[in-house]
Amino acid sequence: MNPLELVRAEPGPAFTVTLDGREIEALPGQTVAAALWTAGVTSWRTTRGEGRPRGMFCGIGVCFDCLVTVNDRPNQRACLMPLRPGDAIRTQEGTGHDD
Amino acid sequence: MTEPSLAVIGAGPAGLAATLAAATRGIRVTLLDSAAEAGGQFYRQPAPGLGARRPQALHHQWRTWERLRDGLRAHVQAGTVRHMTDHHVWFVERRGTDGFAVHALVGPEQEQPAEVRATAVLLATGGYEKVLPFPGWTLPGVVTAGGAQAMLKGGLVLPGRTAVVAGTGPLLLPVATGLAAAGATVAALVESADPKSFARRSRALAGQPGKVAEGARYTGQLLRHRVRTLLHHTVVAAHGAERLEAVTIAALDRDGRVRQDTRRRLVCDTLAVSHGMLPHTDLADALGCRVDGTDVSVDDEQRTDVPGVWAAGETTGIGGSALSLAEGHIAGRSIAARLAGRAPDPGEWAAAARTRDGLRAFFAAVDSVYAPPAHWAEQVTDGTVVCRCEEVSAGAVREAVHELGAGDLRTVKLLTRAGMGWCQGRVCGSGVAGVAGCAETAGRRPFARPVPLGVLARAGETEEQ
Repeated sequence: MNPLELVRAEPGPAFTVTLDGREIEALPGQTVAAALWTAGVTSWRTTRGEGRPRGMFCGIGVCFDCLVTVNDRPNQRACLMPLRPGDAIRTQEGTGHDD
Repeated sequence: MTEPSLAVIGAGPAGLAATLAAATRGIRVTLLDSAAEAGGQFYRQPAPGLGARRPQALHHQWRTWERLRDGLRAHVQAGTVRHMTDHHVWFVERRGTDGFAVHALVGPEQEQPAEVRATAVLLATGGYEKVLPFPGWTLPGVVTAGGAQAMLKGGLVLPGRTAVVAGTGPLLLPVATGLAAAGATVAALVESADPKSFARRSRALAGQPGKVAEGARYTGQLLRHRVRTLLHHTVVAAHGAERLEAVTIAALDRDGRVRQDTRRRLVCDTLAVSHGMLPHTDLADALGCRVDGTDVSVDDEQRTDVPGVWAAGETTGIGGSALSLAEGHIAGRSIAARLAGRAPDPGEWAAAARTRDGLRAFFAAVDSVYAPPAHWAEQVTDGTVVCRCEEVSAGAVREAVHELGAGDLRTVKLLTRAGMGWCQGRVCGSGVAGVAGCAETAGRRPFARPVPLGVLARAGETEEQ
């Protein structure tokens, strides 16, 4: 059993996005976080102090732990941001800005 | 302002019930919600593109949802309700006798502003999870229980293959059974509540037969999925280098301290953890509404003490979807009457009021049963990060108290930066207070979410231009 089978999902065609240049598949309507989890990725940011890995935590946009760079825009919440074909996700280091 | 109008903030059970009750009685409603679909957290729906043919497999009280969804759809089609999705409300401004201006940011980027005018406002902003810190809780793979559920309901994804569900509170049950039904192995449900306290409050808890049946259903599902339930246990630490690999759990003694001889390790790649819920009160607080402890204070009609502002659902106190529906319904009827210039007859909503009173009493009993371990803060090592955003350690918080003389949460914050980051202390507030040994005070935030400076500078300029 998986979640898609549980709700008898018939998703629209999968499309390709990239994570740090590597191609991964996403389903229509999935957020950045959902697609990354499906690809087996649980961390997509390092903290600006200690450089520690972080990923999804609250899942509803409250905690800001899942910040990520999408199409060169840093500090997007992966749990809220829906993906579109061709989106370029980049692991975010620190503030996500060149400083 | 010509025609009286209502702005409802939040499209969860409370906001939807109020929207339908008010719109049915002739009030023009604008429903603002941050999500792409109505439902809130409880009725969070899979994205339409995922083509779920049986979304109810992830839900309870599906028929109630169908009624709310179809009711909203009919009102939107009739033009009596405007449903503004992807609208993140950051401030509600009082405009004297003109009513209110609701300020929102649009879309997932949250950079474009939007403004909605209304003569009355209903705050149905819901709640979010409280998670207390423990060593390793910042590792990827450690998620909030509600977060795991939100990702499952909305994105149809699991965080990993083997999960431990831990903490305290009734939310752990649907999360554990939901993850198991969707194919995860749930290695254990670790609940810190003491079974003896259930027995002590059995009469208050048994007063809600529906809730007793719900509990029995979850127990059956846990058995069916072979989920081990460990009562009066806690997670002591999460382990892993770059991500979660295992947790250490232990039993608690009578005083709520970890029994060191019972420590053992469970291998898992996911820890879904929750220590209860907290209401979103920022908009109410900024409007000047009275907030009692963590809850927005309301009267029997769900009115706050600010004229024209009602509140319903978790924002007035955590109590689940059925209570939120009852409160929303009462609020919608009250608003419809008051905006028509008449005093409402509470007899019209007597049934909803009985439901509300019963469920409030029930959740007061629930609150006294489900509690984190009394001495949880002793398990937080000095090296543990307590403020996740600003990476402030428990050691730094303790130093602020013991070496620098901080005696309250605000001073701890000023000395350490704990609570000054992106989340504005929503996640770490309870944890920092516990580690510091200070009283927990409700956070006061002028805006409910981060606002771009350009939007802030232009807000309120529309009238002059």
